[in-house]
Amino acid sequence: MKLFEYRGKELFEKHDISVPKGKLVKNEKDFSGLNFPFVLKAQVPIGGRGKAGGIKSVENLKDAKENFSQIMGMNIRGYTVHKVLAEEKVDIEKELYLSITLDRSKRMPLIMISGEGGMDIESVPDEKIFKEWVNPLIGIQSFNIRSVVSKLKLEKEEGKGVAKVISKIYKLFREYDCELVEINPLIISKDGKVMALDSKININDDALYRHPDIEPELVELTPLEKDAKNKGIAFIQLDGNIGVIANGAGLTMATLDALTHFKGYGGVFLDLGGTDDPEKVKQAFELMKKAKPKVIFLNLFGGITRCDTVAKGVKAVITKEGIDCPVITRIKGCNEDIAKDILKDAGLITAATLQDAAQKSSELAGGA
Amino acid sequence: MAIFVDDKTKVVVQGATGHQGVFHIGEMLDFGTKVVAGVTPGKAGQEVHGVPIFNDVKDAVDETSANTTLVLVPARFAKDAVFEALDAGIRTVVVITENIPFHDAMEFVHYAKYKGAVLVGPNSPGIASPGKSKVGILPGGIFLKGNVGVASRSGTLTYEIVNSLSEKGMGQSTCVGLGGDPITGTSFIGALDAFEKDKETKAVVLVGEIGGASEEEAAEHIIKNIDKPVFAFIAGRTAPPGKRMGHAGAIIARGKGTAASKIKAFEKANVKVAKFPTDIADLVEKHD
Repeated sequence: MKLFEYRGKELFEKHDISVPKGKLVKNEKDFSGLNFPFVLKAQVPIGGRGKAGGIKSVENLKDAKENFSQIMGMNIRGYTVHKVLAEEKVDIEKELYLSITLDRSKRMPLIMISGEGGMDIESVPDEKIFKEWVNPLIGIQSFNIRSVVSKLKLEKEEGKGVAKVISKIYKLFREYDCELVEINPLIISKDGKVMALDSKININDDALYRHPDIEPELVELTPLEKDAKNKGIAFIQLDGNIGVIANGAGLTMATLDALTHFKGYGGVFLDLGGTDDPEKVKQAFELMKKAKPKVIFLNLFGGITRCDTVAKGVKAVITKEGIDCPVITRIKGCNEDIAKDILKDAGLITAATLQDAAQKSSELAGGA
Repeated sequence: MAIFVDDKTKVVVQGATGHQGVFHIGEMLDFGTKVVAGVTPGKAGQEVHGVPIFNDVKDAVDETSANTTLVLVPARFAKDAVFEALDAGIRTVVVITENIPFHDAMEFVHYAKYKGAVLVGPNSPGIASPGKSKVGILPGGIFLKGNVGVASRSGTLTYEIVNSLSEKGMGQSTCVGLGGDPITGTSFIGALDAFEKDKETKAVVLVGEIGGASEEEAAEHIIKNIDKPVFAFIAGRTAPPGKRMGHAGAIIARGKGTAASKIKAFEKANVKVAKFPTDIADLVEKHD
């Protein structure tokens, strides 16, 4: 779960990492108590908001009011701005980049730091990013921190300040089960303070249960995706018009790929998982219907899951509630023959192979 | 031979008395697996399909000489279960549990490494060596004894591929489900090295997907260290960036981990990549 900048900064403050003086502003009255000049920042869970006009520097109250009303409600790459953070401006001496993320290959937390702060880290050349890995069983040691800080060529006091921040964000990274903690830029102010001007924190969804203080916010999901998440169904909305239901994430992805081969495009990724529970199957079909695909493509491989049980669930939903788009099915594995008979009986199209089913679905959806 | 599990494998099941545990102990016994013990705290003295249940892994190991564990416990207890097994001297750990916080996985994966044990998973369907042993929840009926080694990041898709190999008469030496999480104990490289050494394995099939760089690393490794023929399938060619495609590990993050990058790396390593999952069997057959 990605945290909004202001919530990330709340965690920074809790971990004794300095951030500029600021507050969330809901209306113009909230500007009181802040000194000009300050910065208005749209709170959206996505990068590139500066370029989109979501960050504005303001010099006086008139300026602030104008810009605030522009930013509030603005659409930034699909996200509507509902919250604006106002922060006092800081005089910047140096801008750094600092992050801790998960290195999947080494299975270790990876610290990355660079003297080229403030810009997209993707555009910083590799030789200007300094990296250090931390053994999760041992935890961060002074040598880990020294090895990266020494490469930055900072003044002695500045280096000490940055070292402290690294140690604190490592603690935060581990304590809050983070996938990413990024500060870009981490600045050194003209008066020598080390401060986080931005925050990007992403917390591992699987660990949210042990962080009751982090209020879940499903801002990145569509309403149907939220509904599915609450029901425990893996459901992702995509750009195409074919609704794919399969069992297993890999098989569902492979089904979407097969469609694309025949110029058909998936509109929904729905992974039934290992279930053949009729109630889950029913919920899955109901969600799929709400997404209004032009064609539904059901691709099942029965291993432990029995194809006939799933088929019975599908038939029950369709005979009871009807369905207003063609359903193409491809069934393979445990009890496939019984399952095919059940589905034919329910008026669904059964295809022999994945390719046939993908081609047929794509044609009906207006592709191939 | 086979890799990771064979006829010398003696399995203890952690989380043996739950619905999943009872069902899969039965399935494993049917497959011929030596399931020697189950562990559920507080349930010592009970039996599941004739398999004795112990309170902890140490007791189970002392009584039965179990050397492999199948971890089926709920996600929030998984870290404890794995540490317990490793401290009791277990040499092969197979973690089926899904949705384990990855910080926990990071810790137990490193501990397994420190202990010199093999850890497969988390979020793995398990390992099957047809004719010898199955440690996991893979459906027994799809397998055929033979010479193809399979290593995969997904479950059902692997069953599909294994099934199509078996239908064409190409059996498997071992099928390893590496797991769909961002952090797994064994990656393609670990499986490839084991298959390369295994006399029974003549060809290797890798089933990858978007996210991370383990396919790219495997491709580099194949160029340098693997002589046996390798075939691959990659799921997620059409997955949009930034979306987690069902598996926790299946995400194109910051432009990295695309299927295109993985396919390119494999092709450079002379690994044939199938377009459709069921085409893998044709590729392997033609090679023979």
